[in-house]
Amino acid sequence: MLELRAVPPALAVTDLRKRYARIEALRGVDLEVAPGELFGLLGPNGAGKSTLVKIACGLVRPSGGSAEIAGAPAGSPAAHASLGYLAELFRFPDWLTADELLALHQSLSASPGGPAERAELLELVGLSEAADRRVSAMSKGMQQRLGIAQAMVGSPRLLLLDEPTSALDPAGRRTVRRLLEELRSRGVAVLLNSHLLSEVELVCDRVAIISRGEVVAAGSPRELSRAGGIEVETASGTRVFETASRDDAPAIVRALVAAGEEIYGVRVLTSSLEDAYLEAVGEAAS
Amino acid sequence: MNAARTIARLGLQEAVRRRVFVVVAALTVAYVVLYGLGTWQAYRAVDMNAGGTALAGVEPKIVAGATLLGLNMFGTLFLGTILAVFLTLGAVRGDADRGLLQPILVRPVSRATVLAARFAAAAIVCGAYVIVVFLIATVTTYALGGWWPDRIVAPAIELAGAVALLCAISLAGSVFLASTANGIAVFMVFGAGLVAGLLGQIGEALGSDTLQTVAKTASWILPFEALYQAALAAITTDTVGFTRLAIDLGPFGGATDFGPLLWPYALLYLGIVGVVAVRGFAARDL
Repeated sequence: MLELRAVPPALAVTDLRKRYARIEALRGVDLEVAPGELFGLLGPNGAGKSTLVKIACGLVRPSGGSAEIAGAPAGSPAAHASLGYLAELFRFPDWLTADELLALHQSLSASPGGPAERAELLELVGLSEAADRRVSAMSKGMQQRLGIAQAMVGSPRLLLLDEPTSALDPAGRRTVRRLLEELRSRGVAVLLNSHLLSEVELVCDRVAIISRGEVVAAGSPRELSRAGGIEVETASGTRVFETASRDDAPAIVRALVAAGEEIYGVRVLTSSLEDAYLEAVGEAAS
Repeated sequence: MNAARTIARLGLQEAVRRRVFVVVAALTVAYVVLYGLGTWQAYRAVDMNAGGTALAGVEPKIVAGATLLGLNMFGTLFLGTILAVFLTLGAVRGDADRGLLQPILVRPVSRATVLAARFAAAAIVCGAYVIVVFLIATVTTYALGGWWPDRIVAPAIELAGAVALLCAISLAGSVFLASTANGIAVFMVFGAGLVAGLLGQIGEALGSDTLQTVAKTASWILPFEALYQAALAAITTDTVGFTRLAIDLGPFGGATDFGPLLWPYALLYLGIVGVVAVRGFAARDL
């Protein structure tokens, strides 16, 4: 008889705390990233996002609470074997070529992928033509894409990406967005730490907003982007129904038509993730 | 094991890139040429003075050879120390500050493995270096002056042990100190060891037990100096009589043989430095 076991979350953080001398960087953070989920971590500078990611990677020791990667304590060999990481401020040995760098990480992670894995990863990040180019001869954007490929060596279950698009141009950012969607289809979970709210809104399944070491809002981008009313363009001008939601639109239109108005357009207004972010961070700061 | 080899190779590649080996090779060639010229001139002077004012019972060629080779051992240890320091001074904090270490540490490789690999690479390279330079100088001394030291293998291994200890001290220092501070600290420790040795020789010449005790205690505290002293003592270990006396009165005479406990003690010391480094590294947030 087959025994069914629950698949552990890719990342489970419980009451995570970190104190640097007098500064409390994390004050009891709880969050969970499911397998195959794209999870966005938002927050102002100094909110504790990078600290959280570094604890998950085992680079920083927590002062309290726990972090587990695929069921293994963060920092343990099993946890390291299940994750890939791209730091916000990273540097690779600049005398290595892109292919050699990936081979180095294959060796460190005991990945059996060989040249086929390296070629596939370079193709995924659009660097196939640069396989033999040294890191020192690459632009910052190319290095960032190479960093993402490096993080994916060994087929990790969880990718921790700390500002992975900060040095990318719009085309590079689109490449990374497609890559993230591809990873989701492969069942790889991604924790994306980014300042680019539009990007997070476009690709992430769920988002947590951190401010001053605490999660101040969490949910899907749609949940966080609340309804903001209905705007109707009529012959007598634009009319706004602030408390109405998308579901109210047909009734409003029917009522206006019955009242003799001519309708030229209807728009459902929503507050953007940016509004939700500023509201959450502002509330936390005040 | 494979990961340790990869990290060791990476450390050496970094040294190659920084042209450490080119600089050391150029310095070594200049040093060996200078040593050859000096030895040639010294033995010419000895030959010209043959039958002259030499003291009865003193073998001038042995005194000249032992003094010259002792000088070479000092120079070799100094060059080996420079190499050891430059290979290890930024291995932990330096590389972490530059963002080079984090991508390696998130792989399933323990921090202890990283330290052990960096130590092994540096100790093997520096140990081989001092052995080769010592042997070149020994052959040069024989070719120009016809004198072989009483022991060859033991002093070569003791010199290698001394630089291996300095590699360990420098590597441990790199856990706690920034690169520049660590380099300065290691050279000061090295200088303190040499001063201790000189104090012992002055104490021997003056017949001061206190100075000799101070020097011996300092050499046990800094056992790379004890190993160097043992190596110096080994090259004239079978020399007796007035020749022995003449050597002892020279700048590289009067070296102390620290007995059979020296090597076990040096290994224990290495282990303690290793434990301190590993524990310090494990406790460090990156």
